[in-house]
Amino acid sequence: MSGTFVGMPAFPEAAHEAVNNQTLRGNLRHATHTIRAKRAKAVTEVSDWAELREAGKRIKDHTLRHLDRYLEQLETSVTAAGGTVHWAADADEANRIVADLVKATGESEVVKVKSMATQEIGLNEALLEEGIHAYETDLAELIVQLGKDRPSHILVPAIHRNRGEIRDIFEREMSEWGRPAPEGLTDTPAELAEAARLHLREKFLRAKVGISGANFMVAETGTLVVVESEGNGRMCLTLPETLISVVGIEKIVPTWQDLEVFMQTLPRSSTAERMNPYTTMWTGTTDGDGPRDFHLVLLDNGRTDTLADEVGRQALRCIRCSACLNVCPVYERAGGHAYGSVYPGPIGAILSPQLRGVTSEIDASLPYASSLCGACYDVCPVAIDIPEVLVHLRERVVQGGEVMSKGNKVVLKPAKGHAAERAAMRAARWAFGRPGALRAGQRLASRTRRLHPRSLPGPGKAWSGTRDLPAVPAEPFRDWWQRTQGGKDGAK
Amino acid sequence: MSSRERILGRVRRALADVPRDDMPYEQAVPRDYLREHGERSVADTVDLLAENLADYRAIVHRCTPADLAATIAGMLAARGAKTVLVPPGLDAGWLAEVDAERIADRAESTPHELDRVDSVVTACAVAAAETGTIVLDGSPDQGRRRITLVPDHHICVVRVPEQVVSSVPQALERLDPARPLTWITGPSATSDIELDRVEGVHGPRTLEVVLVGEDQASADVSV
Repeated sequence: MSGTFVGMPAFPEAAHEAVNNQTLRGNLRHATHTIRAKRAKAVTEVSDWAELREAGKRIKDHTLRHLDRYLEQLETSVTAAGGTVHWAADADEANRIVADLVKATGESEVVKVKSMATQEIGLNEALLEEGIHAYETDLAELIVQLGKDRPSHILVPAIHRNRGEIRDIFEREMSEWGRPAPEGLTDTPAELAEAARLHLREKFLRAKVGISGANFMVAETGTLVVVESEGNGRMCLTLPETLISVVGIEKIVPTWQDLEVFMQTLPRSSTAERMNPYTTMWTGTTDGDGPRDFHLVLLDNGRTDTLADEVGRQALRCIRCSACLNVCPVYERAGGHAYGSVYPGPIGAILSPQLRGVTSEIDASLPYASSLCGACYDVCPVAIDIPEVLVHLRERVVQGGEVMSKGNKVVLKPAKGHAAERAAMRAARWAFGRPGALRAGQRLASRTRRLHPRSLPGPGKAWSGTRDLPAVPAEPFRDWWQRTQGGKDGAK
Repeated sequence: MSSRERILGRVRRALADVPRDDMPYEQAVPRDYLREHGERSVADTVDLLAENLADYRAIVHRCTPADLAATIAGMLAARGAKTVLVPPGLDAGWLAEVDAERIADRAESTPHELDRVDSVVTACAVAAAETGTIVLDGSPDQGRRRITLVPDHHICVVRVPEQVVSSVPQALERLDPARPLTWITGPSATSDIELDRVEGVHGPRTLEVVLVGEDQASADVSV
């Protein structure tokens, strides 16, 4: 994934820092609470939400279970419609394909529609090394790019910035990149949007190469779909002569009809609208309308490894709506940066460790970045059971075992740092297998209960700092059961 | 080995658990969701379209075919438009009373030229009432996608009730995936500042929709 995230500290350290940032917490609280209430209202408007959600889940599951077939079908239909299909096994290969395609046009700048896939592979940085400037055109991406910042939300990468901070960034940085911010720019959202309109227009009008991702790819027709709000997507998809779309292989749906499900669930889940302002659907190239050359780069980059995990593969259903971020109590407090990935929040906590493996400190810590409250599962429009996958990944971190990495089977070692848990579990297994020892231990614990400390020493101190240790009863349960015959004789 | 073969090979190995006789697509996907939400008369559906268009800040006008030319002329005059872009197949009668200079869209028109035009008038392919969405499919009366994108003012004419459907599923049924499609729901907007919707970013900042039909009260500007 993007080089900007290399060497991230584990989630607890990063989150600790974020939680102490009052401005950040205020910004996140305001934004996530605004959207939460709106989403609930938008979902209530459709009486068949549960059926739409189930259909979305089943469409995605079916596609994933036959992904090889649908990928080949998509390739055939895109090619038949005038597009060219490229395959990229990892980020480096995708970046090289895109850089070569741009260089073949003779251009040294490109305009970009917001795309998680190109964020994930660090495309902008890779292009810059080849002397190609990539301009982000989504308002929030622009704020992140101008602010030399990192994205912190799937839908609104600059959610951690409030209007005052955005105004300052525009005033300070826009002149470095092109048209400066208007004189006397205030922090009203309408004026900020106007400033972005003016700044980017010159780039749109002269752009020869556009780069996008896609929300959906229809296997039967070869149609790609980009769902957006601002019109920057339409600009990038229709004005340039060459269009390059980098799309994860899991974005396929089998049929045109399948769009009727997602075109209802995605806008309501992401921006809490009945429908987003603009959606572009294109099939290859059209004479006289839009780009003459269309290239589709199909990206693996860990997706097939994720697919190999029968529990974890459901993460590939994700349509990147970000509803799970907006309801998550952990995300609301820690913010997106603490997750150390372009995919933050609950979905990021299950996606990043699967796409990248759980070998780094940050990825091994992500399955723990959750209280398992389940709010994410409730709002997910494709019913990804995020808590189930979190627990599954925790098991993988603690116990290790066989997983796929870059298409090869590897055996993970159990993570360090969970030695105490493992020792406790081993001791429990030993004791539960030996009733005599268990009884002796329980009796000893009961008799010495007045001597027990109220908090744990050593490494357990942090855990018991916010919790009371459970009190040991005066008589072990099993002794009580035997003495009273399960309470039948009424004796205490 | 090519990356294509490598990726397809990885996919097949990853799916070793999927039985050969796995449930086919038709059975695997339940479609017991609704084709449309609620029962409405045709007139109610058109009213709902008007209501939802207006809810997302499109300006809605309703008129009879006889009044269409005057309505469009009035809208352009009110806006002070000096130039209006015309797709090649637009009904010439629609602009019969317009004072603004008509500019034909030519294949060689550059984006900079389009940027200097004040307004654009188009027809549409279909409109969905439940979401307040109009869809353009690049037919001759709608033109290339860019002409409804670069100018700041878009007037879109919807023939009612024949071009109106209730829902998204019904709209998709009417569309041809082979054509370049643009779904438009209100003027361009963003939620990127504090997750709150603000109208007016890169697309036309003013979207006016004319619902034209025999039973539409003449020149009645609604909502």
